[in-house]
Amino acid sequence: MNSLVLLMLLPIIGSIAVAATPRTKEVLSKQLALATTVIVAIATLAMAMNFQRDNVDLQFVEKYSWIPTFGINFSVGVDGLALVLILMSTILAPIVVLSGWNEAHGGRWSVKTFYILILVLETMMIGVFAATDVFLFYVIFEAMLIPVYLLIGGYGTGERSAAAVKFLIYSLFGGLLMLASIIALYVMSGAQGGHTFDLQALSQLEMSSTTQNFLFLGFFIAFAIKAPLWPLHTWLPDAAASATPGTSVLLLGVLDKVGTFGMIRYCLTLFPEASKTFTPLIMVLAVISIVYGAILAIGQKDLKRLIAFTSISHFGFITMGIFAMTSQGHSGATLYMFNHGFSTAALFIVGGWMIARRGSSTIADFGGLQRITPVMAWSFFLAGMSSLALPGLSSFVSEFLVLVGTFTRYPVHAVIATFGIVLAALYILIPVQKALHGPTAPGNEELRDLNIREKVAIAPVMAMIIALGFYPSPLLNVINPASAHVIAQMGFTDPAPTNGDK
Amino acid sequence: MEFSSPVLNYTLLSPMLILLGGAIIGVLVEAFMSKALRPITQLSVTIGSLILALVQVWRIRNDQSLTAAMGSVVIDGPAVLMQASILIISLISILLIADAQQFTALAASLPGSEEERHALQSGNQVTEVYPLTLFAVAGMMLFPVSSDLITLFVALEVLSLPLYLMAGLSRRRRLASQEAALKYFLLGAFSSAFFLFGAAFLYGYSSSISFSGIRSAVVGGSGNDVFLLIGISFLSVGLLFKVGAVPFHAWSPDVYQGAPTPVTAFMAAATKIAAFGAMLRIYYTVFANAQWSWSPMLIIIAIITMVFGSLVAIAQRDVKRMLAYSSIAHAGFLLTGIIALNKAGLEASLFYLFAYGITTVGAFAVVTLVRDSAGEVTDLNRWKGLGKRSPWVAIAFATFLLSFAGIPLTSGFIGKFSIFSAAYESGATSVVIAGVLSSAVAAFFYIRVIVLMFFTDPVEDGTSVEIPSSLTSITVIFSMIVTIALGVFPAPILDFISNLATFIR
Repeated sequence: MNSLVLLMLLPIIGSIAVAATPRTKEVLSKQLALATTVIVAIATLAMAMNFQRDNVDLQFVEKYSWIPTFGINFSVGVDGLALVLILMSTILAPIVVLSGWNEAHGGRWSVKTFYILILVLETMMIGVFAATDVFLFYVIFEAMLIPVYLLIGGYGTGERSAAAVKFLIYSLFGGLLMLASIIALYVMSGAQGGHTFDLQALSQLEMSSTTQNFLFLGFFIAFAIKAPLWPLHTWLPDAAASATPGTSVLLLGVLDKVGTFGMIRYCLTLFPEASKTFTPLIMVLAVISIVYGAILAIGQKDLKRLIAFTSISHFGFITMGIFAMTSQGHSGATLYMFNHGFSTAALFIVGGWMIARRGSSTIADFGGLQRITPVMAWSFFLAGMSSLALPGLSSFVSEFLVLVGTFTRYPVHAVIATFGIVLAALYILIPVQKALHGPTAPGNEELRDLNIREKVAIAPVMAMIIALGFYPSPLLNVINPASAHVIAQMGFTDPAPTNGDK
Repeated sequence: MEFSSPVLNYTLLSPMLILLGGAIIGVLVEAFMSKALRPITQLSVTIGSLILALVQVWRIRNDQSLTAAMGSVVIDGPAVLMQASILIISLISILLIADAQQFTALAASLPGSEEERHALQSGNQVTEVYPLTLFAVAGMMLFPVSSDLITLFVALEVLSLPLYLMAGLSRRRRLASQEAALKYFLLGAFSSAFFLFGAAFLYGYSSSISFSGIRSAVVGGSGNDVFLLIGISFLSVGLLFKVGAVPFHAWSPDVYQGAPTPVTAFMAAATKIAAFGAMLRIYYTVFANAQWSWSPMLIIIAIITMVFGSLVAIAQRDVKRMLAYSSIAHAGFLLTGIIALNKAGLEASLFYLFAYGITTVGAFAVVTLVRDSAGEVTDLNRWKGLGKRSPWVAIAFATFLLSFAGIPLTSGFIGKFSIFSAAYESGATSVVIAGVLSSAVAAFFYIRVIVLMFFTDPVEDGTSVEIPSSLTSITVIFSMIVTIALGVFPAPILDFISNLATFIR
């Protein structure tokens, strides 16, 4: 089965099936959701096997006319970058369903609504990475906000509705700026040979550098809000602190990647000149994000907010890798997106279990988990190590590639960013020490360790983190040609002394 | 002195004639029918006339004529589209108007008087609202197809006078309703005067009242330009009043709030189509060559209108007032379609008007459902937790709000996208940027209502949701289907509009 459209249809079919289950049979709706996401993951893996690694053209291309009046097509296709991200999304989805088996209870709405939203969101996650029509991309980009908004506001904890609104308003604002840019592109395409939204055709447009700068900003601000880049990040900690762990995984692991993905796919491809113009500014923002996110993470007392701030730091690395404009930087950034998906998923999932058991998300309330719940504690420890990029774990490879790729062109930035790694040791080791070691905090004596379902859910994540740490080449073989292609298209050649990705 | 009998093309005029005939039958029914049979007869006559008119519009869809009524009426593609939109909107609005609970039993009685109470108790409900609606619809149908200034003025009055009355028919809070009616009437009369003043100057400029005469004077540039400018300005004031553009919007929040909600729905949706239809025709054909005289003015008004409407809507605590300010903001978005002055702009405006009209009727239909023992509850604070008590009603309202906000996969998004891209194409970048930014502001207050409905716990205050009557359900469900269908598969309608959207001159 090599059809992206069919792949997008699968979760929709699953969601209809879930919708058809009676409200009382909650377990059945969970099982259906799990079965659907597993099937989608297997189907994606099967597709990935058929992907031709050395072919830099879009593959699995499909195109259907949608709104011919405006030249809009429902067209999809993937390159190495999109494939890797779709793969990450579809593998994370069943893990989220399984790990958060009970997290839909206590929501405003029924359990099955939760799974309908998750499945609809999965369709959109595939679509947003696969779209090759800018209009289609925009529609999915915006439409995705609704299920996430409902997931945060309906099933989260604490100030959930305020956090959900903040998330939505930030995203809508960015989206509307992007819409203005898209309208301009559309009108220009009409003046230069026919209205179209085809990404390839739009990248050939002639435009003055002033226009290009403005349009670039429209796209970039939308993506920087998504990604989130300092100083547009303030919605993220609130959203992540209020959402359920599963939603947080999808939010930080997948949705925020749309931002960094968009920077490569849309900003660099459509506006190469403007990208170069803004690179110095963006590199500074990226470095600030790395250090700022790390410092604020150290100061957090709440486990979920801590993880959110670590992600801001990580997204700084990804953005830096993208705009360093070297092929190692690019490959590293793409690999980073994939790995960050899994290490953040591990942190949120295990952290979520800890919080659910303890009934508190304050780090100081934990203590001595290593003795009481060894499996859970070790899982959290491993997830943390992956987050701080310990050599031998997957994140190390990508962080190293990004730093090497950046150093060859921006040594100062790379050096400052390296402090982010030192700070990472602090923001991970402090909570590890407080939560896992030390005296057993009162109220923790009775905590249960992971059950079979939870072990099954976390095992593939851990396996992925370790396996890709030692042997990242299956992914890099897919990513490298795509990255090299983007860099070549931008007219860059890698600076001479390189010794990165061998 | 010799008179020649007028030559009328009855086929092309039939949609309007049917409505006027239906309205007159309605008046007779009101006078002679027994009170038990009156409501059902009135409803059948009204719906029958509307459907018949719609069938006639469909049959003449490919006809074009400048001389349907001695040069006073022009029938072309846009005319057919506007008339069809007005009829469809009226049909779904009339299903709301059929709810007698909304209307005073005896409009002629003083509020709170013995007479009123007696009329209510004896069930002697008058049903004059039906013929009034038909007269208004007939006026709206004529307004965008008029092709001389006198016909245009007559149409304006025919559509306005019934609406002034209808605004005062509310059963509950009658004083507010009558105040709204009076306000609407006084300001409306005032703007009609401006309109006539402008028409007089245009006559002075071109020595013609027909659109083609004025147009050739504008193209030839022969007349006195000062007269033309004064004429355009004052005529525009009259038209901008009808669409509720800032600074001529002051009537709309009070009237929206005071009028019976079904009337508000009808007025908000159908009047906008008629008024924008007429504006499109006048600016696209008559004044097209004087673009540089009016375009800067309209650009400023459009920007002020959308920014003002969006900002003030944030502060509203009443759902009907909020929708009123939202409709002001939408008037601003629609003005960008006139500023665009190209075929894409015309198509986009026609699509936007239809989509917006349907969504508006749907939204007000939901407002009629949320009630307590004293009638409709329009205070937003009491809408808290609606999603919990009546999820489907809340989901419907949320869909309409998302469409107003222009979220993808709703008709509002396609409308906004097409109208903004048309304006950008014509070089009106400033309007597009202002439009996009005020859309962001507007999204905020639409979303706030969604938060209220879904993410806030209900307060126990006796607010309940009426089980919708089957007529109201039809309106809500139809509006919802159209709102989503036009967002997901707009291609057939866009093609249909594209084939017809050319003004003949």
